Amino acid sequence: MAGSVLEIKDLHVSIEDKEILKGVNLTIKSGEFHAVMGPNGTGKSTLASAIMGHPKYEVTSGSITLDGEDVLEMEVDERARAGLFLAMQYPSEISGVTNSDFLRSSINARREEGDEIPLMKFIKEMDEAMDFLEMDKNMAQRYLNEGFSGGEKKRNEILQLLMMKAEIGILDEIDSGLDIDALKVVAKGINKLRDENFGCLIITHYQRLLNYIEPDFVHVMMQGRVVKSGGSELSKRLEAEGYDWIKQELNIQDETINA
Amino acid sequence: MTVETKQQYNDEYISRFSSSRNEPEWMKELRQQALSQSESLDMPKPDKTGIKNWDFDTYVHEVEGEKISSLESLPASVAALIDADNAPNLYIQRNNSATYLALNEKWSEQGVIFTDIFTALQQHGDLLKRFYMKDAVNIDEDRLTALHTALMNGGVFVYVPKNVVVDEPLQTIFWQEDDKVASFNHILIVAEANSAVTYVENSISHNADQATFANAVTEVIAADNANVSYGAVDNYAAGTTVYAKRRGVAYRDARIDWAIGQMNDGNTISEHITHLIGDNSGSEAKSVVVGRGKQIQNFTTNIVHFGKNSVGSILSHGVMKDQASSVFNGIGKIEHGASKSDATQETRVLMLSQGARGDANPILLIDEDDVVAGHAASVGRVDPLQLYYLMSRGITKHEAERLIIHGFLAPVVNQLPIETVKNQLTQVIEGKVN
Repeated sequence: MAGSVLEIKDLHVSIEDKEILKGVNLTIKSGEFHAVMGPNGTGKSTLASAIMGHPKYEVTSGSITLDGEDVLEMEVDERARAGLFLAMQYPSEISGVTNSDFLRSSINARREEGDEIPLMKFIKEMDEAMDFLEMDKNMAQRYLNEGFSGGEKKRNEILQLLMMKAEIGILDEIDSGLDIDALKVVAKGINKLRDENFGCLIITHYQRLLNYIEPDFVHVMMQGRVVKSGGSELSKRLEAEGYDWIKQELNIQDETINA
Repeated sequence: MTVETKQQYNDEYISRFSSSRNEPEWMKELRQQALSQSESLDMPKPDKTGIKNWDFDTYVHEVEGEKISSLESLPASVAALIDADNAPNLYIQRNNSATYLALNEKWSEQGVIFTDIFTALQQHGDLLKRFYMKDAVNIDEDRLTALHTALMNGGVFVYVPKNVVVDEPLQTIFWQEDDKVASFNHILIVAEANSAVTYVENSISHNADQATFANAVTEVIAADNANVSYGAVDNYAAGTTVYAKRRGVAYRDARIDWAIGQMNDGNTISEHITHLIGDNSGSEAKSVVVGRGKQIQNFTTNIVHFGKNSVGSILSHGVMKDQASSVFNGIGKIEHGASKSDATQETRVLMLSQGARGDANPILLIDEDDVVAGHAASVGRVDPLQLYYLMSRGITKHEAERLIIHGFLAPVVNQLPIETVKNQLTQVIEGKVN
């Protein structure tokens, strides 16, 4: 594939009749790393959830397309098979389903029937990816996210991202709650994917993660919109000066969606 | 009880039946006494389930089963339960006949008994008499239990002498090949001091329409420091009304662990009680249920703590679909004097259809101060966030639900020690929830 384009146009999203996104525009192409930053409560995670199709979020207007296909018409599983991957901030715990069975089902979901990944190949790939992410091997046989620490859950999301070969990855606060060593490992995993066939949307409110993953584009969200975009220099200025200068520049009193 | 049944399976019938099986005199008398008691006893009263209109009377009491010449000759549904190349300890009961029995010599040499209940009555009558309907189940608990005693028509006896550790599972298959035959199976497992045994049982029938009755009693006795691991899959077809009573008695430092797959398709009452008599005794009682169709079921799991420092945990997981309805009673009872005891339970019911019903009733009855107790109960649908998470990896909704349901029922599946039995239960679950 020559590369994918995820295009978000004038996206409005509500949860329980409260509008959270109020017209987001964003285009992510293969090979590009985008960071979406912003203070808490400005709609960043809602954007990630709406792209993937979280059941609680309702898109009221606007569009999301992947290579021209209407993502909003797709079921959640169809979105994934089309090439989208969301590393979640709070992945569900599923008792009785082992991590490795889940991973294999996920990989096979993107392959044709009759072309399932051979078991030995799967085990080899999983072992390699777990080594790369410095994960304890017994996590393969543990139940999915059950009893995982915060850091283990994040690594496990990146493990899936590494193995599933998505076209567009969306990382929803993958850095929250990680100590510096874990953060480096997670960043290492994401950087491994950087090539012309993979585009990434990194949602964070800390510059910290971006010290390890250099973004090509940085967007700032406030009041449910992207209010400022730039290159990696923008995140560095945010790190140094905070968000107040943007608020002043744009004459924003309250940056949250409640404004 | 209908007049017809009364006339058909009367005192004279029972006496003749007992003689034809060459039973010891005490057994014949026990049967006759139980029959006469049954007439004045009340029916069982399962909590919140009305059984007035259930059919406990339609059945044929005795049907011979053909001898099994080789395991290869078994039909697929039975053969699938057995690892034919590695089944050193296997009992198959076909209708009311003991048709296949194997026990590894290394166990028989050490005095282990594993045989059908009638052979046991003839060859080990005195031993049986010490335990049969004595310390675990009483004849006069209710009318159906008395009837069980009077009409017992199959079952198995397991006896493990002191200090013998049987490290291969003993497998039993109750194959109700005839659609009308009733199962009054009696399973008696006695583990003497410091012994250990693992027992796995499958009950199977195919009478989707023909009515019949299963009234089985299981008694497990674990003497001091004995360890009994019991696994069972009940898989009676829709025509069978089931009354299943399982009872364990654990003495000092003993353990009885249960893993039960309740896969019946007919109306079922299951009463499962473990008495932790001795200090430091323990029990884990795990069961999983899939209800479908118009099935009505009532499950009671009860662990009663008498011994100090006794530890009991109950796990019941049920999946309800169609118009099936089930009541799950989990009872942890700590008697006065059972200090430092620990009683926990978890009852969860997953509803797959609008018309299904599930009731989870966690009950803690505690007559002692210095104890630990806890319970969790929930009734609900498949968690939409779990579905979302799995689907976000490309897994279809149907497959995601399947994974969640199998995961929900895994605590029992994973605990069954025989691979074929485990696989078969997985397939039964698959067939039922799809």
